[in-house]
Amino acid sequence: MSTVEQPTDVDVPEAGDNAGIGQAISDYFVRVRGGDVGSLPAVLGLLVLFALFSIMKPDTFFSTFNFANLLNQGTAIIVLAMGLVFVLLLGEIDLSAGFTAGTAAAVLAVALSSWGLAWPLALVVALLTGTAIGFFIGVLVARLGIPSFVVTLAMFLALQGVMLLIISEGGTIRLRSDFLLAIMNQNMPVWAGWLLWALVIVGYAGISWREISRRNKAGLKSTSRSVWVAKTISLAVMLGVLVFLLNQERQILRPGKESCPPSGDAPIGCIPVIQGVPWAVLVVLVLVVVLTFVLGRTSFGRHVYAVGGNAEAARRAGINVKWIKIYCFMIGSTLAATAGVLIASRDNSVSPTTGGAQTLLFAVGAAVIGGTSLFGGKGRVMDAVIGGLVIAVIANGLPLITQQSGIQFVVTGLVLLIAASVDAISRKRATAG
Amino acid sequence: MTSDNPLLELRGINKSFGPVHVLQNVNLSVWPGQVTALVGDNGAGKSTLIKGVAGIYPFDSGEYLFEGKPTHVHDPKHANALGIEVVYQDLALCDNLDVVHNMFLGREDTNATVLDEITMEKRATETLQGLSVRTLKSVRQQVASLSGGQRQTVAIARAVLWNSKLVILDEPTAALGVAQTEQVLNLVRRLADAGLGVVLISHNMNDVMRVADNVACLYLGQMAAQVPASDVDHTTIVELITAGRSGDMGLQPEELAAGGVA
Repeated sequence: MSTVEQPTDVDVPEAGDNAGIGQAISDYFVRVRGGDVGSLPAVLGLLVLFALFSIMKPDTFFSTFNFANLLNQGTAIIVLAMGLVFVLLLGEIDLSAGFTAGTAAAVLAVALSSWGLAWPLALVVALLTGTAIGFFIGVLVARLGIPSFVVTLAMFLALQGVMLLIISEGGTIRLRSDFLLAIMNQNMPVWAGWLLWALVIVGYAGISWREISRRNKAGLKSTSRSVWVAKTISLAVMLGVLVFLLNQERQILRPGKESCPPSGDAPIGCIPVIQGVPWAVLVVLVLVVVLTFVLGRTSFGRHVYAVGGNAEAARRAGINVKWIKIYCFMIGSTLAATAGVLIASRDNSVSPTTGGAQTLLFAVGAAVIGGTSLFGGKGRVMDAVIGGLVIAVIANGLPLITQQSGIQFVVTGLVLLIAASVDAISRKRATAG
Repeated sequence: MTSDNPLLELRGINKSFGPVHVLQNVNLSVWPGQVTALVGDNGAGKSTLIKGVAGIYPFDSGEYLFEGKPTHVHDPKHANALGIEVVYQDLALCDNLDVVHNMFLGREDTNATVLDEITMEKRATETLQGLSVRTLKSVRQQVASLSGGQRQTVAIARAVLWNSKLVILDEPTAALGVAQTEQVLNLVRRLADAGLGVVLISHNMNDVMRVADNVACLYLGQMAAQVPASDVDHTTIVELITAGRSGDMGLQPEELAAGGVA
């Protein structure tokens, strides 16, 4: 603080004082200047990249087919990044998340094919595999005090080995479950997409309205109704455009082929219609809602932020810091296992490279690009979604522009570095301010 | 010196760490509605005494009376339950949380499992208003954006939020500028005026003389004197801190010798 505050006579806003949209916007800019940039760089980056690729490759990048494809490519990264948000909030890192995903996917595939388990049971076993890995990492980090970097680097290698042992070298296991395959390969009916849209809008509007009324009733300062209306409408428009685009027929018909009619007898050789919101979007949506609730509205979530912000203060406030850390690693690895299931569903199979290569780096990048701090204490579940979309746009758009994978690696690496720099700079501004 | 019964009374407290006899037969009384300044040079045993009161570790021997009842405080939670709160020098605030969240950290109000933000915000606001704190723009500000004085205010408000009876402040003005020191000292005075017992650890004699009702001076692990602030002046306190005695006041030569400082 550069200036000395006067002892008294500072304006205290009246309780119940409702500021309008103008006030809300200026408050936002004050926060950004103070170093709290949040997801702003990521949203801007997303828009710029999207516009850039659309202009350069209007016919391939900017098509409804590619649009759905992009979401599908992003889903696993987004879910993996959500798990990393929990770990990053503590100021820790999980380098093994990618192979946790792969291991869980391998367990899933083996449980379905070799053990002959029903898919719900196999799914639970796969997810619990992730939970157990997270518990193991968490105990080593929280109880023994080994830096998470080292523990998860060791797990990165070890889990790769575990995957090889499960799958057996060079092998590939097919995923034998129509339900699990449908998650990443099938779309909702058109009506279901619109129903989901309506539910999300009504749910958002209802919950935020209730919050505003309760705060007003209690005589506390709350967001003004005009801001509420503006937010609800913009959300409705944005998601509406998304659902509308996804509900378009996106099958590219070759000459001489025709698409199948929605019902009745299909002519032989017709191309099935592909339209609707991918089921994967529902998975992401449910996770965003549940995890945002956990982080934002429960004591546990509050304690996670506290441990990440100042572990010593949290300990003195009576918070069990060690268990909070262990829980976060468990949640992170369980979400990684979920991502593994999604990857297996998209690839239709599991191989020793599932979850390998750049998967982890993309996920860390997604979380950090979205605005989650590498220093702990700052981040939201939505960051993973926004950052994951940025990564997906780059991963999807770059190959359309250049075939050189060298350039693709360099660009992705640079984007991660830029995001980390934004994080470090905004942190400096916040502490120096 | 209105009330006769001390809120906290320590009699003949001893504490050793291995061969080091840190506290020797220390007596201390803290009355409700009064600010008791605890002074002493570095290593005199102030922190040890305070940590024992807060239940961080037990005293080896001696009587610990709280509200007249002999008590054995075995851990910090027990001290909190009795109504004893300590504001440590490093404040222990989370920069990334707002004022309300910090005040309720570890003791959040919940409806079933959901945080009851409205109740917490109201209680935090009421507590701050009760302390006549007017320097915070919003209780929803992140602590990172607060000045040193405002942080101290938040830490103190957190301590009084829980119907506490005794608030111990460890060097609350050490890192503050003039205006902010003023704010915090006013706040310390208001705490006592509200009927709480306040222990103020300070190295700053001006602060001590301004707000303290009585002064307890530790000298190398012994209580040199606990006297009403009106009976002493700046020089006397400095002598008590540095030599353990000042005129008739303080430790007698044989006591000083017993303390191993002949």
